Amino acid sequence: MTVTLFIPCFVDSLYPGVGISMVRILERLGHRVVCPEEIACCGQPAFNSGYWPEAREVAGPVLRRLQDAEVVVIASGSCGAMLKVFYPQLFAETAQAEAAKALSPKVWEFSSFLADKLGVTDLGARFPAKVTFHDGCHGLRELGIKTAPRRLLEKVQGLELVEMADAETCCGFGGTFSAKFPMISTAMGEVKCAGAAETGADYIVSNDSSCLMHVQGLLSRQGSPIKTLHLAEILAQR
Amino acid sequence: MTGREKILGRIREALTVPAPHPGAHDAHGGQAPHTSFKGRPVHVARGWMPPGGDTFEEQVVRFRAASTELKTDFRFVGSRDEAFTELARIRDTEGWKSVATHRAEQPSAAAASLGLPVIHTDEGYDVDALESCDVGISGCDVLVAQTGTVVVTNRSAGGRALSVLPPHHVVVATRDQLVRDLTAAFARVQETYGTGYPSMISFITGPSRTGDIERILVLGAHGPKKLTVLCW
Amino acid sequence: MTTHVQDFLAQARVVTRDLRHRGLIQTALRKYETARDRKKAAFNDWQSARQAAAETKWDAINHLDTYLAEFADKMEARGTQVHWAGNAAEAREIILGIIRSKGARSIIKSKAMTAEEIHLNDAMEKAGYEVVESDLGEFIVQLRHEPPYHIVFPAMHLTRDDINELFQKELGSASTREPEELTMIARRALRRKYITADVGITGANFAIAETGMISITENEGNARLTAALPKTMITLVGIEKVLPKLEDLALFLPMLATAGAGQTITGYNTMYGGPRQPGECDGPEEYHVVLLDNRRTELLADPEQRDALHCIRCGACLNVCPIFKNVGGHTYGTTYSGPVGSVITPHLRGLQDWKHLSGSSSLCGACTEACPVKIDLHHHLLRNRRNAAFGEPSFFERLAYRLFAFVINRPGLYRFAKEAGRLTEPLQKLIRNTPLDPARAWTGSRDLPPMPEQSFKEWWEERR
Repeated sequence: MTVTLFIPCFVDSLYPGVGISMVRILERLGHRVVCPEEIACCGQPAFNSGYWPEAREVAGPVLRRLQDAEVVVIASGSCGAMLKVFYPQLFAETAQAEAAKALSPKVWEFSSFLADKLGVTDLGARFPAKVTFHDGCHGLRELGIKTAPRRLLEKVQGLELVEMADAETCCGFGGTFSAKFPMISTAMGEVKCAGAAETGADYIVSNDSSCLMHVQGLLSRQGSPIKTLHLAEILAQR
Repeated sequence: MTGREKILGRIREALTVPAPHPGAHDAHGGQAPHTSFKGRPVHVARGWMPPGGDTFEEQVVRFRAASTELKTDFRFVGSRDEAFTELARIRDTEGWKSVATHRAEQPSAAAASLGLPVIHTDEGYDVDALESCDVGISGCDVLVAQTGTVVVTNRSAGGRALSVLPPHHVVVATRDQLVRDLTAAFARVQETYGTGYPSMISFITGPSRTGDIERILVLGAHGPKKLTVLCW
Repeated sequence: MTTHVQDFLAQARVVTRDLRHRGLIQTALRKYETARDRKKAAFNDWQSARQAAAETKWDAINHLDTYLAEFADKMEARGTQVHWAGNAAEAREIILGIIRSKGARSIIKSKAMTAEEIHLNDAMEKAGYEVVESDLGEFIVQLRHEPPYHIVFPAMHLTRDDINELFQKELGSASTREPEELTMIARRALRRKYITADVGITGANFAIAETGMISITENEGNARLTAALPKTMITLVGIEKVLPKLEDLALFLPMLATAGAGQTITGYNTMYGGPRQPGECDGPEEYHVVLLDNRRTELLADPEQRDALHCIRCGACLNVCPIFKNVGGHTYGTTYSGPVGSVITPHLRGLQDWKHLSGSSSLCGACTEACPVKIDLHHHLLRNRRNAAFGEPSFFERLAYRLFAFVINRPGLYRFAKEAGRLTEPLQKLIRNTPLDPARAWTGSRDLPPMPEQSFKEWWEERR
């Protein structure tokens, strides 16, 4: 099928490897990948801050450009939730209400697309390391994604998956929250990092680069040897 | 306009716009809950609650398990005589010197069997005298297998204070008072009293407890430190 | 004068760095989670039971006028005096009026968040009455002249050593580190108070329309004693506490206990349907129920967030909230803290003054998942943010989002912005975490990822 890839702005500019990995995996599975240049952001920052008209300025064009897509696959549970769950609310009672509703079922977070939609869990990946998985909250609670990333990780050769205490507890990123309330965001992140450290894992892996940016930022500042990596980058390893 | 009319008026005005039913925001994944109810939700939900046991034997097992967990001393015996023998044993271990109870067949017989000075709360009582009793012996309405709960009312248990003021509360019950679950317990209470409810109905589960200091369990916070259920 | 948001930020800065607090709360709430999970597992179907509880509350709240009238009529038919308080001042006046008319001097109270909400203790103490909180946790925070830290666990921020020190100072008790001994010190101190108090004041967890009863949930037996010994009993209850039928408690009592404290059922669940009735041997001669609106009807008028009135004050959302765990209960500066407090306080006390509580959330949704009556908590925080920005938008924030939209919608400008970011990276490093750093809110505690040589889109273009 033709997969329209949605690469969120921060993945594009800071974590290109995530997008590249996704393209490689999807093409290896025999799908045609398209990636419209004009699409860069889902509009979540303005939406989450309460500025809905401004969010629609960003989201409106996205909605138009995606309306003919067969499926839309996103590297982030958070942006995925924005398109799938929050667009219908953001555009309720506007001219684009129907478009938002029509788009929703076509949107997939990457791990769920592989494991649930395509039914593929073994991608022939190899990654010999001890890994713990952090559930991004939007993927977990808005999209209900819990087992898909784990089913994928279990099939990675050489990879040892260990669960951390409070894997489902928020890492503290929360978008603009992380800058508006940095002390709370940081404290939450410290608790998260401590939980991950207890497992003795080499890597904290997630399906959301935004969580990982926050967690990696803390780990580097603390001088911790633990590294962070997006799930797609592991699945693309050979 | 009275306060009642004002508030009810505000409520009626607020309710002119309907609200969506719950569950509209459920996440996409996961197992979906039952969302359509034929009849009152509490009836439908009965099967989803912690189980109480289908047979009498299962219910005894449940009640015992809950009692053990909650530190209720549950003694299920074959006859009233055996129950009173158990009671005498507890009297001796704890060194009881005075008893409070009420004028009802089983509790007052139990109290009388101890051979100690007895206060009957339903004949009028002095609060200090009741407080200084070593044990309060009361009847009850229902025992609930599902939760290990004893249901008392101020009519079945000698008023409001008898079951909480003395340091040890002993409940005497007969086996026909054991029911499966809370739904059955409420039904039994409504059946017993019709619309003439006593002014207090209390579902007592275990002795008085607190976890207010470092979430560490301490028994006997304000009410009884011990709860004994004698059933035959 | 500082604003509520400044107080919140200042307090949050202190508490989030307090590692003793962090350890204490994390440990306590881990214990809670373990117990709760075990009790949830005892349900045959917890998720469906939640749905049933939510439907029951939906029915109650969306027919509140009918049920409340039925409740009051049934209560009055058995000799209870029902009072209707539109706001906090009215409620205080009603209660003080009752106390005055009884010539009372001392008052024993069992836990009531509604009493905290209307600052009842202050009012009674100012009027010269002796007021004693009987719940152990409430007793402790009262001795410290503090509001409760948590709606269910009022003293969870204190260690046994804190409490020992407090009791030695305030009660002159002997030093001990045993929670049991400390509890017994309080038990002894309070026993006389029950016996000598003229008036007992309680809150209520539920108000049953069908039978005209209130239901009180507690573990200690202090509410039982409060409702048994004084000659006058007063219950202050929010109008949203109504349940249609007595049997509904068969669902709600286990839900409340499981979600709130990880118990199968709470120690004492007691229904009161009037003062001492003919033929009864004890209990109060007079019983007053005060129904409190205090802007609950304003929340009721918002159909989008009406389900916030389903709240049974179990505290589950606080217990799982990572914000609560890190800033603690007092930082909120509100009667109701945690997620539900952040949702309802803007309705009860003014949106613009309290919108920061809705902002201070990562929107993780743990609260919504934990709520036994399925309130859409974290989405309501979003709705509060939307309503706040619509009512009084911040000039700079709106400008920033407009600028962002302008850039992001123009691929050329967006490319330029990325390039500018990359070129100025050395400069950014130079001023990192200094007052000149525009990203200091981030870089104060976190590193920024390095800018890669090539963005994804550049790679994509090149590849094509």
